[in-house]
Amino acid sequence: MTKSWLIQGGRIIDPSQGIDHVGDLVVSDGKISSPGETTPKADYKVIPAEGLIVCPGFIDFHCHLRQPGFEEKETIATGTLAAARGGFTTVCCMPNTDPPLDNQAAIDYIKAEADASGVISVLPIGCISKGRKGEGLAEMGELAAAGVIAYSDDGSPVMNSRLMRQALDYSRTFGLPVIDHCEDTVLSNDGQMNEGILATRLGLRGIPAAAEESMVARDLALARLTGARLHIAHVSTEGSVELIRCAKEKGTRVTAEVTPHHLTLTEEEVTGYNTNAKVSPPLRTRRDIEALIKGLKENVIDIIATDHAPHAEIDKLCEFALAPSGISVFETALGSLMKLVHDGQLTLPTLIARLTSEPARIINSDKLGTFKAGAPADITIFDPEREWVVDTSNFASKGKNTPLAGSTLKGKVMATIFHGKLVYKDDSVKLEQ
Amino acid sequence: MTTGQPKDDPALLIKPESPMTTSTWQHHHILDLDDFTSGEIELVYHTADAMKEVLSRPIRKVPTLRGKTVATMFYEPSTRTRVSFELAAKNLSADVVNISATASSVTKGESLIDTLDTLQSLGADMVVMRHPFSGAPYIAARYIAASIINGGDGWHAHPTQALLDLYTIREHKKEMKGLKAVIIGDILHSRVARSNIWGMTTMGMNVTLCCPPTLLPVGLDTENDRFPRVSIEPNIEAALDGADVVMTLRLQKERQQSGLLPSIREYIHLYQLNEARLNKAKPDALVLHPGPMNEGIEISPGVAHGPHSVIAEQVTNGVAIRMALLYILAGSKKQ
Repeated sequence: MTKSWLIQGGRIIDPSQGIDHVGDLVVSDGKISSPGETTPKADYKVIPAEGLIVCPGFIDFHCHLRQPGFEEKETIATGTLAAARGGFTTVCCMPNTDPPLDNQAAIDYIKAEADASGVISVLPIGCISKGRKGEGLAEMGELAAAGVIAYSDDGSPVMNSRLMRQALDYSRTFGLPVIDHCEDTVLSNDGQMNEGILATRLGLRGIPAAAEESMVARDLALARLTGARLHIAHVSTEGSVELIRCAKEKGTRVTAEVTPHHLTLTEEEVTGYNTNAKVSPPLRTRRDIEALIKGLKENVIDIIATDHAPHAEIDKLCEFALAPSGISVFETALGSLMKLVHDGQLTLPTLIARLTSEPARIINSDKLGTFKAGAPADITIFDPEREWVVDTSNFASKGKNTPLAGSTLKGKVMATIFHGKLVYKDDSVKLEQ
Repeated sequence: MTTGQPKDDPALLIKPESPMTTSTWQHHHILDLDDFTSGEIELVYHTADAMKEVLSRPIRKVPTLRGKTVATMFYEPSTRTRVSFELAAKNLSADVVNISATASSVTKGESLIDTLDTLQSLGADMVVMRHPFSGAPYIAARYIAASIINGGDGWHAHPTQALLDLYTIREHKKEMKGLKAVIIGDILHSRVARSNIWGMTTMGMNVTLCCPPTLLPVGLDTENDRFPRVSIEPNIEAALDGADVVMTLRLQKERQQSGLLPSIREYIHLYQLNEARLNKAKPDALVLHPGPMNEGIEISPGVAHGPHSVIAEQVTNGVAIRMALLYILAGSKKQ
């Protein structure tokens, strides 16, 4: 299979270099060619890209691949295939597996499995605490040496403030961010959805915005105290955006992410007890969405991450209170995010930056999320105008759990190239010799 | 009377002024009152009037639902609701099967679907369901062909209770529109309160909710434009002022343990419906309670058994209302 390509006539957008022009992108033997080269050095194929966007491969800083332990929900093989279909070439997987990724052997397993069965790059995130129990620190030095790119107990917040302080302090040696799932679980109290009139009508216990915001505030104070790198996962409320804005203005080392669903869907999705709309943090209100978009535009929120959380169909086919939280996001991410572009709320370069150069900056990689000459050829080609209906039976992911099933999205990935290899192609794309 | 129709069919007893017929009835299931019109609620009343007539006969049985199977599926302990439905179904000559599930079997998600599969295979025509989790009857309604009647789900809804409450009020009050109802107590955890808010406001009544803020569901005090005719008054004397209908709710002892109340003693002090407080209401005010009562906690024994109380009538009317609903649903079509 060739690793050389001439991608012809697309709109090339590379926020890492401020590039946005129509032209050809040349890939020679799996690497981005220098701007002077007009054709690849080796045998190559042509991808006609007129009317399409050509950008660095998307990087997902937050997903769940479920392996080891929950292979009925997802595996590294199915998860990376789903990611490739969504235009991702690098995904960072959360350590809430069974066993959890809290030691070198577990990280080695992920890397070996990703090499063997993954179609794109998988960067593991290691646990903050041993066994994700929130009691004592995991061996963060060993995890760093094994290749984790961040620490997190995601799925569970770090409730113990002293442990969070210790994690931040200890992480400074390795320079890796500590990611917190901010939720005061005493306050959220097994809540099922956003607290408000809709929860009242449905008779479901609500999760107040303050359950997130109080822990964001705590973490920001601890980041300030320690000087360590803090990353806030899946910001969902207006109040959290304001807290992060203030902290950034004071110079706190904090980065933050928002998911496609928190940017585009409201709590109304839960109506009718739709367990596929049950997610943690819960879908919020129109007002929160507006604040999140504003935060994204103004660099308060640095990146978009999917929090892809696949579940088996049977897991969600039950009473709302018994259903696990999570949405399968990889394959709908771009389509739902493009709504923000079509509605004039985000520009394409801003959206792409939040999926490419910005996560690369958090991962601290100058090879990822860029078309700099010599960088690995990780490329996403998408049609911003293509409308398609979400049919979960076509998902590569084992997780069919999405409230978007059956809805029409505008914006579709046409091809994904990872290290020069074509790992996904829409049926409509015809390659030329 | 046309020939061939059984002469004790209660349909024939529906009064001629009945505003609707079952042919304009929109529901295949009874899940909540949020999508009921006042006309539909009145149809239930008129049908229940006919059923009450049946209940007054020496032999309280008509053959209307002969050959139909009604399953009751209770995932929570219940005496009056289950027995009320069972009697209602038997009075209409339906076959009744009771399925009770222990609390432990609901901890695994599959159990509800498994049980529904079984009911589907057994060919139940109507399923009365009580479940500790809000929304469970909606899953059932999506999953099987039978009509689902919500017998209470979590904190969400208890539509047949609200209908029998409304029916009881209607028997005493000529005009429901403009009546002031006060609901006192643990509204946060109460499906009865939620369904009554829908039902009472649909019938044009004004509802005042009276409870400590820790037992008030979020959003009702700030966004009540979606619940018109609902107001909040935490002071019981002020709430009861001029009330036509007073409903007080059972207070679970666990509410104190979970910190929502400082003590049961203080709750009694602040929120018990007693004779002195009831004097603030109109002289002909009705007192309702969905039961089971904690006499001496949310309601004083004097009020529970006093001249304003219609609590015993609620129980009798429950059977008539449930007969009416089974009868109407038997003629409904799956949408």
